[in-house]
Amino acid sequence: MAMAALRREGRRFAPLISPRPITAVRSSPIAPSHEDECPIGVRYISTQVVRNRMKSVKNIQKITKAMKMVAASKLRAVQTKAENSRGLWQPFTALLGDLPSVDVKKSVVVTISSDKGLCGGINSTSVKISKGIHKLNSGPEKETQYVILGEKAKAQLIRDSKKDIELIITELQKNPLNYTQVSVLADEILKNVEFDALRIVFNKFHSVVSFVPTVSTVLSPEIVEREAESGGKLGDLDNYEVEGGETKGEILQNLAEFQFSCVMFNAVLENACSEQGARMSAMDSSSRNAGDMLDRLTLTYNRTRQASITTELIEIISGASALEG
Amino acid sequence: MLRQASRLLARAPILAARARPFSTDLPAAQSADATFTEAWAKVIPNMDPPKTPLSFMQPRPPTPSSIPSKLTVNFVLPYSSELATKEVDMVIVPATTGQMGVLPGHVATIAELKPGVLSVHEGTEVTKYFVSSGFVFIHANSFADIIAVEAVPLDQLDANLVQKGLADFTSKLSSGTTDLEKAEAQIGIDVHSALNSALTG
Repeated sequence: MAMAALRREGRRFAPLISPRPITAVRSSPIAPSHEDECPIGVRYISTQVVRNRMKSVKNIQKITKAMKMVAASKLRAVQTKAENSRGLWQPFTALLGDLPSVDVKKSVVVTISSDKGLCGGINSTSVKISKGIHKLNSGPEKETQYVILGEKAKAQLIRDSKKDIELIITELQKNPLNYTQVSVLADEILKNVEFDALRIVFNKFHSVVSFVPTVSTVLSPEIVEREAESGGKLGDLDNYEVEGGETKGEILQNLAEFQFSCVMFNAVLENACSEQGARMSAMDSSSRNAGDMLDRLTLTYNRTRQASITTELIEIISGASALEG
Repeated sequence: MLRQASRLLARAPILAARARPFSTDLPAAQSADATFTEAWAKVIPNMDPPKTPLSFMQPRPPTPSSIPSKLTVNFVLPYSSELATKEVDMVIVPATTGQMGVLPGHVATIAELKPGVLSVHEGTEVTKYFVSSGFVFIHANSFADIIAVEAVPLDQLDANLVQKGLADFTSKLSSGTTDLEKAEAQIGIDVHSALNSALTG
């Protein structure tokens, strides 16, 4: 145990009466020795470099472990909210169906991403899906624009699709997510962006290790009317009596806006859950990696230390035998 | 020796948290939109297409030939699902055209709600909520979806605060200068007078 303590200090043992056999000097992976560590005349391989690396890797391991705990606690908080909000979009899909392949002139892709990094690949997945939808909906007379929520998607999309970006919104999670904030956001988007169809791209939270990229489609009232008249999936819509309001169009307008804010609320919560879950697993694999790295470095450190002791012994002994003989 | 022990401890269950998916999210209807999947596969062959909400929802039953005995109600708010596929006898919703009673076999309707009292009648018990506003969809298969932004049970309303709020907004209406202020004050008055009548009526 004393030896272990001294080992950690990295000091050489002065009178080394080791029960272990003196092994031949093995070449140290750390080649250059530090000048300031060598007293004059004695060569010995420095363990300082390895020790520095070990210290920094251990710190990294502690930091990533702490980040994982923080992400786990944040996940618990958002998860209940997301679970409760899942009933919100289902009535709309039950009424209006889901038509991601609808043929429209102007579609707007709302990409939801996180502001902070270190959360695995979920933001890249969202961006790839958004670009895919852009490609899917491109053609003569058709155009697709982006509305970006979150810094990470902004960084990726601004590089090659700068002219297609209509609106960028960041710092969404500064205050805890609530419906009022999201409906104000939805209002902003609806006011400033013209659209025939809104496609919201986000990561749906299935479990701590599984996030499914999802796209929800919200149609503008004119397209809803068009699809209802042409029959097909929305054909039943005409059978519904519309109560109140001056015209059916007014109610459908309100309905589309309400649908957008509800779907956005659920999407933002699900994405927040996915972000925390992805961060948990990323930080967990990072601390595990750091642990492995630390083990390898400890082995290297021990080899280096033993090699330097051996070198010293050899020099002392050969010096002593040179004096005698 | 200690190293081995720490490594074993590190391998212990890390992701023990939530491996089980949510029970509210049964992927019953796997009928994703086929045209979308095909179109996606043509344009972007390397990536899996994203899922759509249809694959996460339970499909609704088709319209039965005879009128069912009970109405199935889904009452959802942004923060919770108050009633999820609950079978009731009748609901009375505060539509913009007035209080609307919904019985099984009601004609398919889309109605916007105004602030008012929603009451759910199940047998002899009646549960009343004050809803802020929202929409109600009544489907032909006797399913009613009520989506509201806020709903509180009536016993949680404080009469004094309601009166105070009403007085506040009335004064704001008279002192308001811009159209926006006047509109906001008017909305406040509407909501508070509805609250008032809910508490008294």
